[in-house]
Amino acid sequence: MLADWGAKPMPNMSLNKVKIPEQDPNIRNKNFLEVALGYAEDMAKEEAQRCLQCKNKPCVAGCPVNVQIPEFIQLVAEGRFEEAYDKVRETNSLPAICGRVCPQESQCENLCVRAKKGESVGIGRLERFVADWYLANRESKVEKVGKLNRKVAVVGSGPAGLTCAGDLAKLGYDVTIFEAFHVPGGVLMYGIPEFRLPKALVQREIESVKQLGVEIKTNMVIGKVLSLDELIEEGYEAIFIGSGAGLPSFMGIPGENLNGVYSANEFLTRINLMKAYKFPECDTPVKIGRNVAIVGGGNVAMDAARSALRLGAEKVYIIYRRSEKEMPARLEEVHHAKEEGIIFKLLTNPTRILGTEDGWVKGIECVEMELGEPDASGRRKPVIKQGSEHVADVETVVIAIGQSPNPLISSTTPGLETQKWGGIIVNEETGSTSKEGVYAGGDAVTGAATVILAMGAGKKAAKAIDEYLKNSQ
Amino acid sequence: MFRIVRKQVLNPAVKLMEIEAPYVAKKAAPGQFIILRTDENGERIPLTIADYNREKGTVTIIFQEVGKTTKVLGEMKEGDYLLDFVGPLGVASHLDGYRKVAVIGGGLGTAIAYPQAKKLHELGAEVHSIVGFRNQELIILEKEMQQVSNKLIVATDDGSNGNKGFVTDMLKKLIEEGNQYDLVIAIGPLIMMKVVSNLTKQYGIKTLVSMNPVMIDGTGMCGGCRVSVGGKTKFACVDGPDFDGHEVDFDEAMRRQMMYKSEEKRSQEEHACRLGGQTNA
Repeated sequence: MLADWGAKPMPNMSLNKVKIPEQDPNIRNKNFLEVALGYAEDMAKEEAQRCLQCKNKPCVAGCPVNVQIPEFIQLVAEGRFEEAYDKVRETNSLPAICGRVCPQESQCENLCVRAKKGESVGIGRLERFVADWYLANRESKVEKVGKLNRKVAVVGSGPAGLTCAGDLAKLGYDVTIFEAFHVPGGVLMYGIPEFRLPKALVQREIESVKQLGVEIKTNMVIGKVLSLDELIEEGYEAIFIGSGAGLPSFMGIPGENLNGVYSANEFLTRINLMKAYKFPECDTPVKIGRNVAIVGGGNVAMDAARSALRLGAEKVYIIYRRSEKEMPARLEEVHHAKEEGIIFKLLTNPTRILGTEDGWVKGIECVEMELGEPDASGRRKPVIKQGSEHVADVETVVIAIGQSPNPLISSTTPGLETQKWGGIIVNEETGSTSKEGVYAGGDAVTGAATVILAMGAGKKAAKAIDEYLKNSQ
Repeated sequence: MFRIVRKQVLNPAVKLMEIEAPYVAKKAAPGQFIILRTDENGERIPLTIADYNREKGTVTIIFQEVGKTTKVLGEMKEGDYLLDFVGPLGVASHLDGYRKVAVIGGGLGTAIAYPQAKKLHELGAEVHSIVGFRNQELIILEKEMQQVSNKLIVATDDGSNGNKGFVTDMLKKLIEEGNQYDLVIAIGPLIMMKVVSNLTKQYGIKTLVSMNPVMIDGTGMCGGCRVSVGGKTKFACVDGPDFDGHEVDFDEAMRRQMMYKSEEKRSQEEHACRLGGQTNA
């Protein structure tokens, strides 16, 4: 016992996380390079020593993919970075991505004992550190697993699909991912901007999933080129649908079809996937007015706003109908957006987009709102303040009020039940759908949510698919 | 990668390519389209499927060199590979159950009208085709259209082929001669489809047009291809590309088509510069 006491170093009792170096706001708002630069080795060790190594591990309960948090942090503290990476990767196929885009503040870090007094341990930053350390210092290795010679198809190569595919491959299944776009990654490629999640890094993570033996077929729009039933005919014994929330919502207000109005999906896809920020070196353009209005208050709205600023807009407004407290975006994203100079027009709602005679956006008419009684979502419902109409001069409007699941698959799959709004209906524990052997998870089920929830769903489904196939031998 | 198995120059600005894409060929139907990318920095452009051969596993596209991507594509040779080729996208045209149909093709639109005429012909409909071009030199697919049409009228704006006039005038004449069409299909420039739709509305003849707006993914994800149809916003990629010509807001569609005109020009100039550089080197 005494020896144990002696072996355990005193934790670092600093109330604050070790600061993570970031690009200066006034420099980064003009480039697409990553905002946060990540910990150096000594910073990571110092932060890792803030972990109390709690026996009951409250943090792990907050992680949708069950990362063994105290264990990997202990290894970081000891400078055993490769082992720390292996520990994370036991349960998480995409650590470099999760370390960057997970809302840790409402998951693992929210349950951290250190957060009761001061800041939680920087779990996300440490996860990012070990993943980056590994990518920089080690070659990803082919991971050999015994083959079962049983085929599983995964539709969509976003976070849900990649996780499900990775987990099944580790169990020995022959997994093929079908991706509609020309590159794999889904929302990680088309949605989240370069400055938050570098695309080269996403491709490295996907490469490590491929090293498990997963095959990825791009340019395959399932529902069009092949139906689910045809996949089954081709010998796939189970299918996981992780096709995301690809259908953009518009507001239904006058002027939405004027030139210069984008869905957030289109705006971000042009910039991220098609690299419009490199036009004309890359062929796909994007139109950025002098002033740009983004409608919505989620992470997607923040991403669109910060991208517009980087592409040279003078003023970028976030127009959101509730107050800052109700904003669904992560605190960190709102904070970064403010630092960079985004102007927040809160309790404001657009009523009409105004256009020039030849059909280009010239302004957005809004009304002011005040908060009334809580609605079904528990958030106070905004109501219009009389006589508050006003117009902001903008040339570009991006509608970022949400996305719903794409109906391409459900509309071509008899027997696959969906909610009225398009979400595929599943058993929450297993991800199984109304069609035998077909599972689903991620935004295709929940509507637009987070990367990590999609990964959690992919993980659950992989386990359920394994059980299903074992029983149907 | 998708191999170009055949390339044919149809007129100075229009080329045909047969692309090896077995999965697409297996499912392709008239009215549907594909999206392709020539190279890593390339944009995704939609092109309507002009023909397909399920046995050979090939899909035929016909394109006019109007922008940078179509120019780059036009410079590619037989045996070269396209980086990406995805489809078939969009809803196939509903062509069943018609007795007598007028198929109108304007310029390059003829390439898209052809598979529809062919399908209607196969289904046993009487097909009257009217195709129009600016001048005789630009006429494409005359022989092919002939084979699938009970009547074919080829018109030129300048009369250089001996039949001067617009396709609308020809259609009007046929209708007034007593031809009773239960469907008109009009494919070509937006202005042509608008004028044809206005004409057929007067006669109460159902009219289908094929929209080809700006789009990225072609699966309903970006919404860039918004078209107002009967006062409602539709996505051409998943709800179309065929729509009721009497319901489409063509004026809005024409304005939306101008969205990237200045960027297209810049892209082409840069491309021309680079080519110039190569020749000098």
